[in-house]
Amino acid sequence: MTSHSRVSRSQARLGRSIALHLFLTPLALVWLFPLWMMVVFSTMPDNGIFSPDIELLPHGNFLDNVSNLQRGTNFIGAIGISVSVAVTYTFLSVMLTSMAGWALARYNFFGKGMVVAIIFGTITLPYAVVLIPQFIMVARDFKLANTWVALIVPPLFNSLGVLFMRQSFSMMPHELFDAAKVEGVKEWRIFLFVALPLARPMLAALAIILFLASWNNYLWPLLINSKPGAMTAPVALGTLIGLTKVSWGGIMAGAVMLTAPMLVVFVLLQRHFVAGIAAGAIK
Amino acid sequence: MRYQNATAYRFLAPYLLIFSIFWLWPIIDSFLISFQATRTVPWRFAPTFNWGRLIGDPAFFNALKNTLLILVIQVPVMISLAIVMAVLLNSPLLKARGLFRFAFFAPVVVGEVAYSAVFRLMFNLDYGIINKLLNGIGLPSVDWFTNVTPAMAVIMMAVTWRWAGYNAIILLAGLQSIPEDVYEAATLDRVSKVKQFFYITLPLLKPIIVFCAVLSIIGTMQLFTEPFLITERGGPGGGTETLGLLLYRQGFRSLNFGYASAVAYTMAGLAIAISLVQIWLTREPK
Repeated sequence: MTSHSRVSRSQARLGRSIALHLFLTPLALVWLFPLWMMVVFSTMPDNGIFSPDIELLPHGNFLDNVSNLQRGTNFIGAIGISVSVAVTYTFLSVMLTSMAGWALARYNFFGKGMVVAIIFGTITLPYAVVLIPQFIMVARDFKLANTWVALIVPPLFNSLGVLFMRQSFSMMPHELFDAAKVEGVKEWRIFLFVALPLARPMLAALAIILFLASWNNYLWPLLINSKPGAMTAPVALGTLIGLTKVSWGGIMAGAVMLTAPMLVVFVLLQRHFVAGIAAGAIK
Repeated sequence: MRYQNATAYRFLAPYLLIFSIFWLWPIIDSFLISFQATRTVPWRFAPTFNWGRLIGDPAFFNALKNTLLILVIQVPVMISLAIVMAVLLNSPLLKARGLFRFAFFAPVVVGEVAYSAVFRLMFNLDYGIINKLLNGIGLPSVDWFTNVTPAMAVIMMAVTWRWAGYNAIILLAGLQSIPEDVYEAATLDRVSKVKQFFYITLPLLKPIIVFCAVLSIIGTMQLFTEPFLITERGGPGGGTETLGLLLYRQGFRSLNFGYASAVAYTMAGLAIAISLVQIWLTREPK
């Protein structure tokens, strides 16, 4: 290779690099803009939000906005419900689905093909299809509207974890489990003390995705827990949107309280997040 | 092959129980309910009651039309954008990769209610930051929420903002599974980067692109929160009413479970059709 072509090659690289950043930077700023404005609005008094000036920097009114929000609805209480529900749901769903995933990865049993076919075959059906029967069953037949059970148990049908954990367990060396079996270790102990610890990174990814889904869930909690004291935080916040006399600074403060903890988790555990989302696609 | 029925079903039973009660049975039940007149006590079997009403209901066709319109415009725009994001985030030339990843992936963790509130405020007619910025560069204000076209545009922008990064994450994982030496060979053969994108990246990524498209179509088909909160219950005048919103209105405002189930099964039918197209598009060549 001549030195001339090496120079032009590196110039081309530099040009491509500049073009890349010139394109991507404005796009990234546009993408960050709504989040930034959420923070700005949450720190502004209402008369500042509804003024003709362009305000792009945060002010100091966040705590006043929180107390305005709290006057409209018991948002702090609703956050308590959301946290408890998300933690319980995540734990239960991880347990249930990893047990099921383990069974599908490790054993041969009668009806296995059918179980797999039904779980896979119905996964792309829209959730909207089961909404009406679920509501009738939980609210009318079981009389469980406005309870914790109603928020936590029905969404446990989610099969994401089954597929994810089946995949994870089947990639582990089976000789390990067989060796434990030869030693006389019971299957449930192999699952709990050998397989689960090995699956820790996968369990972390799954737990994050499930926690996020529960934390942000809106439609089902809106339908089933509509009584003020039983609402989750997104539902409580949603009731204020569209009211004529409402503090928008307060609504934005609530939006920040819903979003900021998840952003922190996202930044700290980005690898697990990305793994959990990508796992849905890569079979 | 050794069968271990008892052990296997002991591990499976708790999940299968929940799965059957809250997913499998409701799928069947929803179908049955759609053939019943549910506003009489007791409900009675009337096979054409809801389905007959559905095929002559202008509100249904309005919601179907709006939903399909959003699908046809928003999904291709978002998937193209997600491909661009993924390819550029994967570029070895990129500096400050972490910041860019944060910018595009952060919306993935933002809840529907929180971001709906922000978009509603940003697009406010008199005091919204979008109109202020438009005025700032000499453009007139847009009355986003009292006309159908701009209201639809806001919904599509909001959904695209929320989900483009999600699809980019999936596509990026797919890109990283393409072996590096394919590109090295192409570069040695002096194939331009643009040609490499169209003749190597896109064909190898096709199954994942199709997967993302199907996921997005099925998600957008059920669109509910955005028209519920951003455009105020599908406004203006039903201009952004979607199938999801119609189902909500019929099922949980009018308590007309039979009719709402027929709407739900229309969505299921669309979803099944789209899944079949996916299987056909990604079938192994013979």
